[in-house]
Amino acid sequence: MSVGLEHFLILSAVLFAIGLYGVLAKRNAVVILMSIEIMLNAVNIAMVAFSRYGHFITGQVFVIFIMVVAAAEVAVGLALIIAIYRSRKTVDAEKFDLMKW
Amino acid sequence: MSTGVIFAIILLPLFSFLVISFVLRPFFKHRPQLSWYTTIGAIGTSLALSIWTFIEVSAAEGHVLAMPDYEWLAIGDTVINIGVTVDALAAVMLIVVTVVSLMVQFYSRGYMHGDGGYIRYFAFMSLFTASMLGLVLADNLVFLFLFWEGVGLCSYLLIGFWFHKPEAARAAMKAFVVTRLGDFGFLVAILLLYAKTGTFDIGELQHLALAGTLGGAVLTWAAIGVFSGAIGKSAQFPLHTWLPDAMEGPTPVSALIHAATMVAAGVYLVARMFPVFASDATAITTVAVIGGFTAIFAATMGLVMNDIKRVLAYSTISQLGYMMLGLGVVGMAVASGTISTEHGLALGVAVGIFHLFTHAFFKALLFLGAGSVSHATGTFDMRMMGGLRKAMPWTYLMFLIASLSLAGIWPLAGFWSKEGILTHAWEQVPLLFALGFITVFLTAFYMFRVIFLTFYGEYRGKAHLHESPLVMLLPMGILTILAVIAGLIGVNEFLGGHSYGFFEALTHPLAWASLCLAGAGIFLAYAIYGAKWLSAASLRQRFAPIYTLLSHKYWFDELYENLFLMRLLINGIFGWLHWIDDHIIDGAVNGIATVTVMGGSLIRRLETGQLQAYGMAIFIGILAIVAFLLIFS
Repeated sequence: MSVGLEHFLILSAVLFAIGLYGVLAKRNAVVILMSIEIMLNAVNIAMVAFSRYGHFITGQVFVIFIMVVAAAEVAVGLALIIAIYRSRKTVDAEKFDLMKW
Repeated sequence: MSTGVIFAIILLPLFSFLVISFVLRPFFKHRPQLSWYTTIGAIGTSLALSIWTFIEVSAAEGHVLAMPDYEWLAIGDTVINIGVTVDALAAVMLIVVTVVSLMVQFYSRGYMHGDGGYIRYFAFMSLFTASMLGLVLADNLVFLFLFWEGVGLCSYLLIGFWFHKPEAARAAMKAFVVTRLGDFGFLVAILLLYAKTGTFDIGELQHLALAGTLGGAVLTWAAIGVFSGAIGKSAQFPLHTWLPDAMEGPTPVSALIHAATMVAAGVYLVARMFPVFASDATAITTVAVIGGFTAIFAATMGLVMNDIKRVLAYSTISQLGYMMLGLGVVGMAVASGTISTEHGLALGVAVGIFHLFTHAFFKALLFLGAGSVSHATGTFDMRMMGGLRKAMPWTYLMFLIASLSLAGIWPLAGFWSKEGILTHAWEQVPLLFALGFITVFLTAFYMFRVIFLTFYGEYRGKAHLHESPLVMLLPMGILTILAVIAGLIGVNEFLGGHSYGFFEALTHPLAWASLCLAGAGIFLAYAIYGAKWLSAASLRQRFAPIYTLLSHKYWFDELYENLFLMRLLINGIFGWLHWIDDHIIDGAVNGIATVTVMGGSLIRRLETGQLQAYGMAIFIGILAIVAFLLIFS
């Protein structure tokens, strides 16, 4: 069995689904943040695979960018979670209902 | 004689108004006398030109001067002209308006002396005179209506001259609104006539009516519409309620309104449109009946008033009723063919306008006399007067002559004109004659009640009495002369009527009868208020129901204000409209708002504020879009 583009894409889709499940189902904000990272990386895998099989170098360059931005974003996200924890003494996403009227 | 001279008669007072308003009032505030000089100069010149016109007209063949028309404006095929009619009727009216106005302006200098609105007063007076002169000269209905409304506006401004007094402001509004009811009918009539004939020209309308081209129901309704305007302006029943309240204005204004301008306009309009009225039996009968009824109806209310000016106001309404009666009965004769059309048309105008002519002088004099009395006593309430004969001999004398003239005593002016009306009423409609005949008695009685209450007995007030200054007495003197001789200078013949000779009148039984009746009225007034053989108080008690009825003016004010205005209009029709506004129109608006709010509060529940719920919604949304794209592309 030769490994083709489909296998990469299936892996990417499975990872994305796992990440999406985590985002939608988990209560802990830190876990949600981690799930978002999984989703990002699932997309990265798909990009690299397309890049490799389509002979476009652009995809690989973009993946580097995304990883850098994701690192920065994680820093911001964690900072937000800490700020919320300090004010509300919890990181439970269901308790963050400030936007409700 | 050129058209320019005729237009100058109108334009001079109008120009005086403009000069006073835009030059004297802003820039010469510290010299108020200038406004008086301007007014006197303008109206005096108008008077001189009017006399010239009168002479020219009397020399002209058929007493008519032909004048060209000028196009004013054209709307499509409708051309509205500016033109003047200069005939005997207009010439007599010009003299009446300018003479009375000039006398009133002279008098006003004394009466209004020191008033804060002195300049404004003369501006309005000039405009008032200009409007009336324009009304008298206009030869088409649109042009006439313009001045007609101008007269209404000026009376509003002058009745409400002391607008800081709530009664004056109210009276002005009442005069404006009540006359407006009549004006509405007039306007409808003008439009109806135009729709049917295609002309606004009064002369043409007269020809069409006489030729029978204009006739039937259209003519009846148009004539009644025009007459409704006259009812409003001339304070005839049932729109008479505004005139007694108009006493809130300065007294010289009352003199002008009652004698020359405003109320005379209604009678003049009927006289001007007389061939139109006389062509329709229904319309002219309406004029006669309303006139005859108003004459006696107003006179009865005059019997019990305590305010000297109110007595005079009811007297004016009553005398205007006489004028309408005079026009009406002769018109009825023309309509029924009893007298020839050509002769009858001139005769009718003569009978009505001759009384307007004589009435103008003695009524203006009576008002100026009342003003002179109040100048001394500071009141118009006759219960606070009495014995003024000694302190004010000149005022007394002139007031007495005017009262005798009004009561129709031979050989004063009022006798001749009233005799004309009664004679023709007797020949045509005995029932209306009876109304007019009883009014002779009532007129004599209420005027001499005023004389005895005001000038005889003991003074019941507290003011320091003094005769009025010469500037007030002099114009009164001139009017007194006119109140004596106005019946004898041939105006009646000039208009196409016929008066008895100076002594011939005394041989006529009808003249004797009315003289006796007037004498009886004077005697009764003497018996009650002069010699006090009969006690006014006990009479009042014996006839309490009648007294109450009269002193409440037949409850017409209450009828109009409480029943029509409050019940029918405000609580009735306006009440329903208010309910519809509140419940249906506002209800629809409020209903939409309520539905929106309720819908919002339902949809609000979707907004849980929970991050993951939103995330789920986004996810499902994307799935739906992807599914859609996969299926349909």
